[in-house]
Amino acid sequence: MNASTEIETTAASVLTQLPDEFGHFGPYGGKFVAETLMAPLAELEAAYRECLADPAFIAEFERDLAEFVGRPSPLYHAERWSRELGGAQIYLKREDLNHTGAHKINNTIGQALVARRMGKRRIIAETGAGQHGVATATIAARFGMSCRVYMGAHDIQRQSLNVFRMKLLGAEVMPVTSGSKTLKDALNEALRDWVSNVDDTFYIIGTVAGPHPYPAMVRDFQSVIGRETREQCLAKLGRLPDSVVACVGGGSNAMGIFHPFLADTSVKLIGVEAGGDGVETGRHSAPLSAGIPGVLHGNRTYLMQDEDGQIIETHSISAGLDYPGVGPEHAWLKDSGRASYVAVTDDEALQGFHALTRMEGIIPALESSHALAHVIKIAPTLPKDHILVVNLSGRGDKDIPTVATREGITL
Amino acid sequence: MSAVNRIEARFAALAAAGRSGLVTFITAGDPAPEATLAFMHALVRGGADVLELGVPFSDPMADGPTIQRASERALANGMNLRKVLALVEAFRQTDERTPVVLMGYLNPVERMGYEDFARAAAAVGADGVLTVDLPPEEAGHLHQAVRAEGLSQIFLLAPTSSPSRVEAVRRFANGFVYYVSVKGVTGDKAVEVTEISARVSDLKTATGLPIGVGFGVRTPASAAAVAKNADAVIVGSALVEIIEQAVDTKGGADALEHFVHGLRVAMDETRAAA
Repeated sequence: MNASTEIETTAASVLTQLPDEFGHFGPYGGKFVAETLMAPLAELEAAYRECLADPAFIAEFERDLAEFVGRPSPLYHAERWSRELGGAQIYLKREDLNHTGAHKINNTIGQALVARRMGKRRIIAETGAGQHGVATATIAARFGMSCRVYMGAHDIQRQSLNVFRMKLLGAEVMPVTSGSKTLKDALNEALRDWVSNVDDTFYIIGTVAGPHPYPAMVRDFQSVIGRETREQCLAKLGRLPDSVVACVGGGSNAMGIFHPFLADTSVKLIGVEAGGDGVETGRHSAPLSAGIPGVLHGNRTYLMQDEDGQIIETHSISAGLDYPGVGPEHAWLKDSGRASYVAVTDDEALQGFHALTRMEGIIPALESSHALAHVIKIAPTLPKDHILVVNLSGRGDKDIPTVATREGITL
Repeated sequence: MSAVNRIEARFAALAAAGRSGLVTFITAGDPAPEATLAFMHALVRGGADVLELGVPFSDPMADGPTIQRASERALANGMNLRKVLALVEAFRQTDERTPVVLMGYLNPVERMGYEDFARAAAAVGADGVLTVDLPPEEAGHLHQAVRAEGLSQIFLLAPTSSPSRVEAVRRFANGFVYYVSVKGVTGDKAVEVTEISARVSDLKTATGLPIGVGFGVRTPASAAAVAKNADAVIVGSALVEIIEQAVDTKGGADALEHFVHGLRVAMDETRAAA
């Protein structure tokens, strides 16, 4: 190992040690909340630390991932699509095959197990596309906990199938009509509920954002994705992948697959944000590509904000990526150069959606379709022995009405 | 009179007179800046000792629906932090004595830049800053900036605040401490008077600062009950509701003055009877 590689490796292993004790990833993260939330966050952090140190907790989490979620999820070689694009070998990490159809369930099981240990009987959550809401309602049903999901009124309209799924599972879906009526407003409402009912209530945040310890905790529960991917690459291909691509809204599926590779500096990590109508139009949801650091929802990170520091409305065809912030660890990975971030437009994401559907017989979620769209751009430019892993974070059933409407088809 | 002394002087005068102070919150620019200026003077006429002026933010996560609506109205009318500062400057043209605290969320302040904000706030005659989502652990940089300009930095404490958190606040707090009396958001629940009185004396000893009690004070009776022990009573959502229901600026200003006067009288009677 030469000196510069050694320094890189040291820097990478420092990255894997983050956050610090107050939840900082470099200048990002932290606990920017009103005093009323500081004690509940401290209580949560203590409980979470205890769980992580307890082999019985880990064993139960792993058993649930295996038997309830169906893990490990396959690493699938998309041979036909790879041939068609004519470059890199594309492998899909099939989180779409998880129970409830996306990666979100990994985290809700973990947090629900922590909630049960803390004796909390009531679960609340925010949701954008509804995948996290469904995953939360699912685990609440299984554990016999009451569940309320906050969802922007605008998202309720465009994700009616998931709304009904949550109701079938026994959850109460609360429409949020304040602000832009999307995910960020649902998060505000859930935080208000939590601070008012903290004695019996556990707030399951669905992404790697929010105040410490949420970004670290959600990442830890999602990093099963990257650990499996790493093992599967080594077992199947005898080596690590060259690139890992994932879509980034709040960033939980990306953080989950990136984190176990942080110290493997040969592996290129690429996050794909929602470019909406195009980053240059201002109508997008790509804070890492075109935002400015600031403080929202308990952490410092890149934000979509105006010159007065007000959070601005975001635009994306995908409700799950329609969020003006991004997990603070992504902000740090961007600044440190360990990961790079790009944006693709709504139209490009739709091309990704159709390409995978037609080439491989897999209908992807519109969120994941952003990662696929970037693959369409880069795969042809890469050599045929380049191993490119894409996190296929969810399946597309929920998005079929959106795609139909977009294409002028009445179902 | 220097900025920091307006808050300290006001609390010293209240203590000397054996009175509890009345701190009033309204959102700047709700529904328009000219109205806010009239409302500020009306609050002072009614008997407010300290004015808290809310800086509207798009995502007011510690506030209930009443103050969130006020923020949305203000933002819809183009309010921003610079215009809030201009409003304070206009207020100071005719009121040199009443302390003004800017209360809001960190991001607008961070976007302006801590030093630029502190200089501008001091220059227009603001006296204190309360950013509700900035805990003392993260407050070092802003603290330096505001103290360099002689402004007070005000922090929240809650029923659940541990002794180590009270200590963390003590290191940075000036002026007074804002004790959040209920678990919840602004305007959420009725204040529990018996629970807070012991806590207020403890916090006063621990921080060496006057303790203002807010979140949930809505009526003359609850203001009077809190005033028995607290150095100040903080009222917000009840005032914002009056503004929300006002037909015009004059009507809103008269209603605010009348309501605040009612609180003031009830608070003074309680202290006189004690």
